[in-house]
Amino acid sequence: MQQETVVKIKPHKKYSLANFLIALFIGAFALMCLLPMVLTVIVSFTDEGAIMRNGYSFFPEKWSAYAYKLMFQGGSSVMRGYGISLLITFVGTLIAILITSLAAYTLANKRVEHCGKIGLFFFVPMVFNAGMVPWYLICTRLGLRNNLWALLIPNLLFNPFNLFLVRNYMSGLPDSLRESATIDGANDAVIATRIYIPLSLPVIATIGLFYGLGYWNDWWNAIMLVDNKKLFPIQYLLLQLRSQISMLRDLQYMAGAGYVTPPSESIKMATAVITIGPIVLLYPFLQRYYIKGMVVGAVKE
Amino acid sequence: MNRMSPDKRRIGLVSDIRRNRFSYLILLPAAAYVIIFSYLSYPYIAIAFQRFDYRKSNIFQILFSGNWVGFKNFEFFFASQNASLVTYNTVYLNFLFILTGTVLAVLLALLLNELRSKWFTKISQSIMLFPNYISWIVVSYILLSLFSNEYGIVNRLMLSLGQAPKNWYTDASVWPGILVIVRLWKGAGMSAIIYLAAIAGIDSTMREAAEIDGANRFQITTRITLPLITPTIVIMTLLAIGRIMFGDFGMIYALIGDNGTLYRTTDIIDTYVFRALRQVGDPSQAMAISLFQSVIGFIMVFGSNALVRKLYPDGALY
Repeated sequence: MQQETVVKIKPHKKYSLANFLIALFIGAFALMCLLPMVLTVIVSFTDEGAIMRNGYSFFPEKWSAYAYKLMFQGGSSVMRGYGISLLITFVGTLIAILITSLAAYTLANKRVEHCGKIGLFFFVPMVFNAGMVPWYLICTRLGLRNNLWALLIPNLLFNPFNLFLVRNYMSGLPDSLRESATIDGANDAVIATRIYIPLSLPVIATIGLFYGLGYWNDWWNAIMLVDNKKLFPIQYLLLQLRSQISMLRDLQYMAGAGYVTPPSESIKMATAVITIGPIVLLYPFLQRYYIKGMVVGAVKE
Repeated sequence: MNRMSPDKRRIGLVSDIRRNRFSYLILLPAAAYVIIFSYLSYPYIAIAFQRFDYRKSNIFQILFSGNWVGFKNFEFFFASQNASLVTYNTVYLNFLFILTGTVLAVLLALLLNELRSKWFTKISQSIMLFPNYISWIVVSYILLSLFSNEYGIVNRLMLSLGQAPKNWYTDASVWPGILVIVRLWKGAGMSAIIYLAAIAGIDSTMREAAEIDGANRFQITTRITLPLITPTIVIMTLLAIGRIMFGDFGMIYALIGDNGTLYRTTDIIDTYVFRALRQVGDPSQAMAISLFQSVIGFIMVFGSNALVRKLYPDGALY
């Protein structure tokens, strides 16, 4: 028989006042994070008349899915903007991942003599940025104005930060992989596409989510470079919708006029709600890969 | 000799490219992108010292036949009251964000670390991270549902309590507070996770040893966990302070937009430059303000980084 000689530590009680207070605080914060979003969802399902009478409410007098019905009608500008955002996000993310992981392979390739200098070349723009004015002039000069390219290319297609994230991951892979592959007669192209990139899939998923979320949530390119309403991505459409409404509202509020709000309250909130859709869909992946990237990026190991 | 470890003799770029053709080839798209959008943008800084002419907008025309005006654009900006206002707002708001954000995030991280129930931890983490992913525009809608004049839940609540409703979107004095809360709402969860990762990195034998010595949870948290994550807190805070001159355009423009009545407390350098460029249509003026921001910002970033390197050699960004 073996004799256990472990010092017995008094285990923490699972139910104690301290535990309860801690859980209460965390729970309260989580609830504060959730409730405003729940309110938005509820308003989007509230009957317009009920909003007019009672304002926004967690417990609407009358429910209605009319806003969604209107929105999903064919040819609505919301659906169009949604489609543009989906297209830009999908294409942009794919290209961005490709550009970034290929360049990362070179930076992590110890046989490239000048990879230190190349790293510096990509690092300088992260530290010193000339700001939005040169950026705007360059984009317009390149013809990135009032077309889909203007939503796709500027700002979002490549980010040095993501490059370094992938580079660091690839540098952490054992050198013997490259050595043995070289001995077996593999060239750089094979080593990159068959070994390094497949092995880096977790970090590629991370930067894919960074890029994807960046594209989906972007309205900067649109506000700077696109005036054509037909090309507005969903986020920018949402911004436009709000400023039109709030302007009207403020005018009425000051003039004391009656209720004439053309795009109705529930439609507004419904548009905001469907904009969160893809994020909810991808949430498990965000929880897994996005956070990992944030943590690694914030605290250097 | 092992051919995998190249000898220390430096070889020229050309022969390096010849040897690693493929590697240099796949570098091209990223390099071209950075050259076009970053390196080629630097010469444009010259227009801060010129009167910009849209007909002469390529780099050579700007550098060699630009209409130089010296520091006029800067004088114009600094002569107006806007200069001190937007600079003050930028720094002040960022200061509030850093202070409140750090305190809440560290508190949340320490408490999350003490939670005993696995499923409760998981669920509450998932929920408090969600606002981090949504765009500022969606946040502005959520804010509208709270503070809208007629329908907003806050005003309805005030009405039902017998108080007069408030016109939130025309009262500049309340917005620093609202912005701080919104910022905490959106960002504290993610920062807390970062600090939680730092806590997870602590050698568990330290806490176990303290437990054996009879320390209670509060003592362990304040005497062991907190001091051990202090480097992370200091580094993150210093790096944030380095960026104090750069406001969050996305946040401010989405939440405030072109609502001029709120500019007094909310207008920041970035939104001001945006209006100078896109609404006033004066790139030279916009560039001058932007350059002022970049130069001070650059010094701050480098200064804070140097400080981090001095305090914690491993924590510096570069």
